[in-house]
Amino acid sequence: MRYAIPAALLAVLVALFAIGLTRDPSKIPSPLIGQPAPAFTLPTLDGTTLSASELRGPLLVNFWASWCTPCLQEHPLLMDLSRQGVTIIGIDYKDAPDAASQWLARHGNPFRRIARDEAGRAGLDWGVYGVPETFLIDASGVIRHKHIGPLTRAVWDAELAPLLKVQP
Amino acid sequence: MIAELGHFALILALGVSALQALLPLYGWRRGDARALAAGRSGALTQFALVALAYVCLSLCFVNGDFSVAYVAANSHTDLPLMYRLTAVWGGHEGSLLLWMLMLSGWTFAVSLFNRNLPDYITALVLAVLGAIGVGFLLFMLTTSNPFDRHFPVPLEGRDLNPLLQDPGMIIHPPMLYMGYVGFSVAFAFAIAALLSGKLDTAWARWTRPWTTAAWMFLTLGITLGSWWAYHELGWGGWWFWDPVENASFMPWLVGTALIHSLAVTEKRGLLKSWTVLLALLAFALSLLGTFLVRSGVLVSVHAFATDPARGVFILAFLTVVIGSALGLYAWRARIFVTTGELQFLSREGLLLFNNVFLVSAAAAVLLGTLYPLAIEALNLGKLSVGPPYFNAVFVPLTAPLAVLIGLAACVPWKNSRGRDVLRLMRGPAAFAVVCAIGLPFLLQGRNTLVAVAGTLLATWAMATAGQELLRRARSHRVLAQGLASIPRGVWGMSLAHFGIGVFVLGVTHVSTFGAERDVRLAPGQEAALGAYTYRLIEVRGLPGPNYDADVGTIEVSKDGQRLAVLQPEKRLYRAQRNVMTEAAVDHTLLRDLYVALGEPFNNGDWSVRLYYRPTMRLVWLGGVLAFLGGLLAMSDRRYRLAQAAARAPDPSASAPA
Repeated sequence: MRYAIPAALLAVLVALFAIGLTRDPSKIPSPLIGQPAPAFTLPTLDGTTLSASELRGPLLVNFWASWCTPCLQEHPLLMDLSRQGVTIIGIDYKDAPDAASQWLARHGNPFRRIARDEAGRAGLDWGVYGVPETFLIDASGVIRHKHIGPLTRAVWDAELAPLLKVQP
Repeated sequence: MIAELGHFALILALGVSALQALLPLYGWRRGDARALAAGRSGALTQFALVALAYVCLSLCFVNGDFSVAYVAANSHTDLPLMYRLTAVWGGHEGSLLLWMLMLSGWTFAVSLFNRNLPDYITALVLAVLGAIGVGFLLFMLTTSNPFDRHFPVPLEGRDLNPLLQDPGMIIHPPMLYMGYVGFSVAFAFAIAALLSGKLDTAWARWTRPWTTAAWMFLTLGITLGSWWAYHELGWGGWWFWDPVENASFMPWLVGTALIHSLAVTEKRGLLKSWTVLLALLAFALSLLGTFLVRSGVLVSVHAFATDPARGVFILAFLTVVIGSALGLYAWRARIFVTTGELQFLSREGLLLFNNVFLVSAAAAVLLGTLYPLAIEALNLGKLSVGPPYFNAVFVPLTAPLAVLIGLAACVPWKNSRGRDVLRLMRGPAAFAVVCAIGLPFLLQGRNTLVAVAGTLLATWAMATAGQELLRRARSHRVLAQGLASIPRGVWGMSLAHFGIGVFVLGVTHVSTFGAERDVRLAPGQEAALGAYTYRLIEVRGLPGPNYDADVGTIEVSKDGQRLAVLQPEKRLYRAQRNVMTEAAVDHTLLRDLYVALGEPFNNGDWSVRLYYRPTMRLVWLGGVLAFLGGLLAMSDRRYRLAQAAARAPDPSASAPA
């Protein structure tokens, strides 16, 4: 009987891992949910400036960069959403403006406006771990949802679309 | 074309390993000698195919073929050739291929060197290794194919993670993997013993060199990892109790226990079922390590790069491999019950204690690593368990080991009289006491209680290791002759134990007497740390092949005498825009002067981190000595004799039991 103890312990561990795997590691709760969007004033790609106070939604704020491959992965979805009328504000994170413009010229531009966060300061205030990350801002400028990692259609349908009350 | 060739070779290797897993088993059940022998040719073919795939991937990197997704993700046209070759294992897919290459390499080595084992043992061992290969190849081909093409082809790759662009990274992962994968051989031998019901002195003797080989690679891999973290992370630390480090440390602890319990099983025929369990656990923990690092179950803000399908596959694989092994153990281990007596004051009795402490330590590390996961799985929130837990639990569990190292050297097998043991202990114990009081004063100019305790344990282990050799040599009239007559196994053991002593000495002094300071310096300013003065001369920009660096020049002096000029760097890697710290170190055996650049201030000042790390080198020297000890022990003549003996026909060994 005691020879079965290791096998029993393994069963417990496997159960634990199985539960652990169903957790999405990208769901790190953000303390910013329910808070007004952190303030910033940044230059945009077209030479104007954009500040956080202009973010009156419902809209998406998407942190991205031309050097980021997962961004390319979610890009077709963003293009789709923008064609359906969803407002997406891009924040070009730690990126060179030329590279960003070339990237957009090549793959298409889903963004209403694009702020340049070359030093990553705004990213720091927004608690960005890496790109891409997407925030949902409501009509009063409050962050309602945060998604870490590339957006997918499933995530959009299940988490963001209901909040945005837009049926794409 | 090259990528497709590699992909094809992997698919063929999967077929071959499936045959290698099934045919010998069939041959064993049916007594079919030809099927039984299939494992050997399977091992050779599988190794050749996986090696071909590996060469193909390396060629893709050398040619900069960015149409291969994995190459595009981990290489860059500016990446120097050396790092292109090491970038092969810089990411998930390629490191799996390296894992697989090593597994097939170990399998091939088993088929090569164990020609003299009974056929059915070799066949069972190769079948088990083949089955593990099937799992890993399936994993690669279904979820993590390094040869996948992608479209559109990017003009430029994303570059190798700058953290990995360091000489330490060139050999660290292969060594670590050699260790992880090497435990698969001991695992396979354990399964063969459970299946065949044959576990005797000869079995222990076959298993020992393989286990020692895996252990020594793991030892070197962990040592190199610590050295790399020290130089590359810029925090002046050498061990962080990070889950990834723990993942490599747990198999090491259990592997160390296994080496010692195998000795008991060989010499005394005791602890058989325990030895088998340890062999299963060492590999189980190696697999667990791979799982933890690769699945994203634990930690990591970069976890979104990992694919949940991979996690599910590894978990299923882990469950099948370890579950069936432990199930087999639950069913069959009963047959290994031995009735021999075990005295407390005997070498085997002390080795049992050693095992208890080592396995408890491994369990403590496992608990600390998995606890955050359990808390999260049970919806109790997220938390992380840090160094305070590990240090508080680990030190009391391992300190007795240093005492045991010395004791076991004074105590013979079977049983012994307390008086003889005391007589042998006297010399080393007195030496250790003198050192504990004197050495910290001599090296550091002061002493503390912790330093006394640590130095006592360290010098005790070192002295008893030396005494054992001297005692054996004295039995001959000429000392040189006596030394030459000592078997390499004993040399290896003593050297490894001496190395552990050196390691403990290093750890004690660096953690007790080390000092560090964060300072803000303008060029021309200086700061003092202990007896040393650090003066910042200048910081200037310097472009590298694929990065731009700020290089600081810092002069270190003591009593007005210049000791060293250090040039720490802060590098910005262009492709990924990652900032990396390259610390600069001036070292002697007894102290490290370590400098890392922090952040620049707007007016040209820099924040600079200064460290004084006494005896830092001894920590790694201890690891290297343990590695060399393992190498010596593995080459012991006795194991070759054992093979020659097994070559002689033995009627009891030729039929499956």
